[in-house]
Amino acid sequence: MTALTVQPTANRWWQSRVVQRFIRHKLALLGLVMIVFLTLACAFGPYLLPYDSLYIDLRARFAPPLTGEHYLGTDPLGRDIAARLLMAGRVSLLVGFISMILAIVVGMIVGVIAGYRGGWINIILMRTVDGFLSFPSIFLLLALAAALKPSAMMITVIIALTGWMEVARIVEAEVRSLKEREFILAGRMLGLSRAHIMFREILPNIMGPIIVAATLTVARAILLEAYVSFLGFGIQPPLPSWGNMLNGAQQYLASAPWLAIIPGIAITIAVSSFNFIGDGLRDALDVRIDTV
Amino acid sequence: MPAFLLKRLIQSIFLLVIVSIIGFVVLNLMPGGPMAQYALDPGMTQDDRNRIAEQLGLNRPLWVQYFDWAGRLVQGDWGTSFRDGNPVTTVIGRHMFATLLLMGSSTAIAVGIGTWIGIRGATHRHSIFDYVATIGAMVALSIPTFWFGLIGIYVFALKLGWLPAGNMYTIGDGSVLNYLHHLILPSVVLALVHIAIWSRFMRAATLDAISQEFVKTARAKGVSERRVIMKHVVGNALLPMITLAGVQLPSLLTGALVTETVFTWPGMGRLFLDSLSYSDYPVVMGLLMFSAILTIIANLIADIIVALVDPRIRLA
Repeated sequence: MTALTVQPTANRWWQSRVVQRFIRHKLALLGLVMIVFLTLACAFGPYLLPYDSLYIDLRARFAPPLTGEHYLGTDPLGRDIAARLLMAGRVSLLVGFISMILAIVVGMIVGVIAGYRGGWINIILMRTVDGFLSFPSIFLLLALAAALKPSAMMITVIIALTGWMEVARIVEAEVRSLKEREFILAGRMLGLSRAHIMFREILPNIMGPIIVAATLTVARAILLEAYVSFLGFGIQPPLPSWGNMLNGAQQYLASAPWLAIIPGIAITIAVSSFNFIGDGLRDALDVRIDTV
Repeated sequence: MPAFLLKRLIQSIFLLVIVSIIGFVVLNLMPGGPMAQYALDPGMTQDDRNRIAEQLGLNRPLWVQYFDWAGRLVQGDWGTSFRDGNPVTTVIGRHMFATLLLMGSSTAIAVGIGTWIGIRGATHRHSIFDYVATIGAMVALSIPTFWFGLIGIYVFALKLGWLPAGNMYTIGDGSVLNYLHHLILPSVVLALVHIAIWSRFMRAATLDAISQEFVKTARAKGVSERRVIMKHVVGNALLPMITLAGVQLPSLLTGALVTETVFTWPGMGRLFLDSLSYSDYPVVMGLLMFSAILTIIANLIADIIVALVDPRIRLA
């Protein structure tokens, strides 16, 4: 991380720089492959499975995985879990992506304006960022979900509303350091409008950190959707999501543990894939931001 | 130092104002807003509701209502719970201990294990331990806390039978040992994410400290490597961790809410969800504001501790 640290001479095969890079990027690559695979599976998988995600078969309730054509078993209503998992994946991934885009757009606008204008505008905008960060996201999310009748779109918007602050902070810091640079001063001398400088000159120069933040924001959004839906205030049945598939799984934990295990594995794989990609991009784009 | 404290205090008060504005907006978005209690009463006519709205001052401009609401908040009048008729502050106070106990024990676990992993990862950089810890942290950050809790219950309560599956104590057994027995699983579950966060930041902070000049000086003086790490490096690396502890409070509260739900732990998170299901908005609003105020105070305290410990700020 720091320039002062001297790289120890490689005396083990796994310590060589090539291997290190390869391992780090291999993880990012693995993440990317997993996401592509998950997306394709969710998009086309449901057509290939023998059961529909809403087909109720009460004679086949609580079938454990690998019974007949139910590859991942069935739920308390006898619905096929594999089919439901893929349909739920569509919802969860879509909610994650859309709320990421909303969060990035809001965070970018707030960050660029706060960083470029400075002064009182900066203080008010950045304190508002701090204000939002003071609330535990799930508390704010649940209060808003209870206040605004939850539809899938509303949940997406609310998740974005609790996730734009990190982006705003990153962008604000980058813009502040960029705005005194010569090419911006030159732009101002040319009489370019403030909006043109902010969004056409500065913004393209800070896309690296924004892309990294975007990847990590998708991970966070998928996780948050799972939290609220698990608690029963998110995506509402019959629309399945990875979170609401777990809602109610606890009461069958002793008799049908696969109800709880399978969707959780899907969430963990999706979220860690995005985290791996984000980590790889941070290395590749040489971005130094402190986000966990 | 006094100048730093004053500046920090003013910042916190400003932040409280902003948080209260956000809270007020959320309150007014609630179905029925401050009138929720009456909106649900079928025996009331619209005339009755209008009369009550007038009595409550809801026909005044929004900013007047805001100052009224914020003023009562400052005076400790947080409203009355719809559900049991007690003041909101009393209801929150009753559930606070369980949450603080859970957060305290899991923070202790996270700090202990996370610090050790972070230091070891930094001193044995690019070792297999370091790689496993880095990848493990990224995966740990991706596991939904409630799911980890369910898996924990399945393995340790249902299959092995070593630990209880929930609740804070066995009814009729009030011994400390019984409390501790119930505390283990939820604390570990809540700690997982924070072990990951703590270890990553500790690793970065340790690497940062190792490359400092005073470490070179200490080594040049012939101080043993163990002593260099334990005294000079770790001491300095822990300083930014105090700030991190304050910053992490909201995410700890988020984790506590879902952990409490899974383990039927009688804390504030469980209270929040129960109040939501009963549409008990005064308690929901109370907890929302309380959690934000707690975060702001915790950050202020963390900064004061750093200022007291760090001579660069203390003597400035």
